[in-house]
Amino acid sequence: MSVLLALEGVSKRFGATLALDGLSLAMERGEFVALLGGSGSGKSTLLRVIAGFEAPEAGRVLLDGADQAGVPPQARPCAMVFQNYALFPHLSVFDNVAYGLRREGLPKLDIAARVGQALAMVGLEAMAGRRPHQLSGGQRQRVALVRALVKRPPLVLLDEPLGALDAGLREATGQELRALQRATGSAFVMVTHDQAEALALADRVAVLEAGRLVQCAPPQELYESPATRFVAGFLGGANVLEGVAGTDGLLHCPAAGCTLRLTTLVPPGSRAAVALRAERITLSAEGELPPENAATGVLRGVTYQGAGWLCTVALAGGQTLRVQVPADRAVPPPGVPVLLEWPVAANILLAE
Amino acid sequence: MLRAIPFGWLLAFVAVPCLLLLVIAFAALAEGVPPFAWGSLSLEALITLTEDGFYLAAFLRSLRVAFITAALCLALAFPMALALARAPARWQPVLVLAVLLPFWTGFLLRMAAWVGLLRDQGWLNGVLLALGVIEEPLPLLYSSGAMLLGMVHAYLPFAVLPLYATLLRLDRGLEEAAADLGAGRFTVFRTITLPLAAPGAAAAFLLVFIPAAGEYVVPEMLGPPEAQLVGRAVWGAFFQDRDWPLACLLAVLLLAVLVLPIRLFQRLETRP
Repeated sequence: MSVLLALEGVSKRFGATLALDGLSLAMERGEFVALLGGSGSGKSTLLRVIAGFEAPEAGRVLLDGADQAGVPPQARPCAMVFQNYALFPHLSVFDNVAYGLRREGLPKLDIAARVGQALAMVGLEAMAGRRPHQLSGGQRQRVALVRALVKRPPLVLLDEPLGALDAGLREATGQELRALQRATGSAFVMVTHDQAEALALADRVAVLEAGRLVQCAPPQELYESPATRFVAGFLGGANVLEGVAGTDGLLHCPAAGCTLRLTTLVPPGSRAAVALRAERITLSAEGELPPENAATGVLRGVTYQGAGWLCTVALAGGQTLRVQVPADRAVPPPGVPVLLEWPVAANILLAE
Repeated sequence: MLRAIPFGWLLAFVAVPCLLLLVIAFAALAEGVPPFAWGSLSLEALITLTEDGFYLAAFLRSLRVAFITAALCLALAFPMALALARAPARWQPVLVLAVLLPFWTGFLLRMAAWVGLLRDQGWLNGVLLALGVIEEPLPLLYSSGAMLLGMVHAYLPFAVLPLYATLLRLDRGLEEAAADLGAGRFTVFRTITLPLAAPGAAAAFLLVFIPAAGEYVVPEMLGPPEAQLVGRAVWGAFFQDRDWPLACLLAVLLLAVLVLPIRLFQRLETRP
């Protein structure tokens, strides 16, 4: 595999705000990368810089090794799927999909064949003569996708492609997106603020915070070993425990009122933070407090979430922890003292 | 009750006058004031209209002048409206105000100003004579060119505003999408901007064409005296020939001819 897209220290400023701050990222041919971040994290700006709609103030965008500085959008080997789809309202579905091929000056017969093939790929052959406003939201999304894919670009940029769809349609469309990506072999960069979407679809997830790349890793690695407090909090809303490392490989956390065993060596006396996922903690009404990786507290609130309960527990030291209890387990009523326990492997040492 | 007000208004100021025009148009001429006989029936005006080529020629000339005026206004208004719509948002109110600025001066004054500029002893000829470019004053005034200049000057804002409104609503994301799919700037304009602005362009054209077809003042002040337009013909029939039936018939006919473009304009305006 070879590098398709390389971003080298890309910065972009809008007025006083720094939308992108020295961002570097490389991705390979045929890879599916999700750009994950909250609003204002710069993820959409990054997509627009890659597409050529915004020029970076500093840094370089390389596509296939070629610097894209000064190259207009129409000359870049990438195609974009816009957040609101940006389908041409005055053109039929067929003409929308054919638009890019016509700009390449292909013969009419080839265009008709390729558009027909592309529409068949998403089951929209029967809709070729319709106008965009005569389609459902899901159908419009697929037309927008196919309009980008029909040019067979090595790189497809997707701006919140599932954002405008109903929750029920989102998962199935996401799987369809992934299947299309595999079938065409194009590399996908997908902007999203939905962590579940990013984890489910992408080969790698790049987490953005305030215009900076915080961590870029395969979904499992990102979830199981988040590099920073931000990533740990953004993905799955992990608890973060802070403490001071002891000589015995333990972390003493006064705010939580507990002691953690660390799996990684930390210099004694230094401060450290550990992420602890809500679903790794076991909650019980009574029992003996083990010396480490356990805490006592008072159950404050219980929220039913279908697959289980989300409990908030006020610890002896003052900190509040989120604990996920499976649906098949009984939850004591709020106000009751509880015992929390978790395995050593659940302690994820954060870099920052 | 509330619905009765506009209905009553239309009845009193549109339907009744139209009916009166029709009644007079088919009345017989008579000596006296008014110069026709109430309750009489005559087809003389209709016969004059069909037999005297002068009136038909004035009609066609008016429609042609209105068409050229509307086309010129559209051609000038499009780049103006595009520049307005693409200007920074904080400048747009000022620029729109600048487009409307001519309305702050009286219409007759603006046309009189053209007379002062274009006549034989006018500013333009004066400057050209002083510079030695010409030896005799150019016959600028009372020409088709002067008339079109005045018409375009008078009606240009009517073309700019509907186009501006249309272009402002146009989703710039569509132009970006077209560029992303490989279209150069001109192709984006030709395949996306222009077709999407077409309803606004049609509205702009009609908004100029409809009043320009019946225009009286501009051709009278700036146009050639020999090639009369329908507005002048109505005036002539009414005041010079005292042929009220003919004047009324011409007026009704102009209204009938313009019903089609007016309906077209209304359909464009009410479209979602």
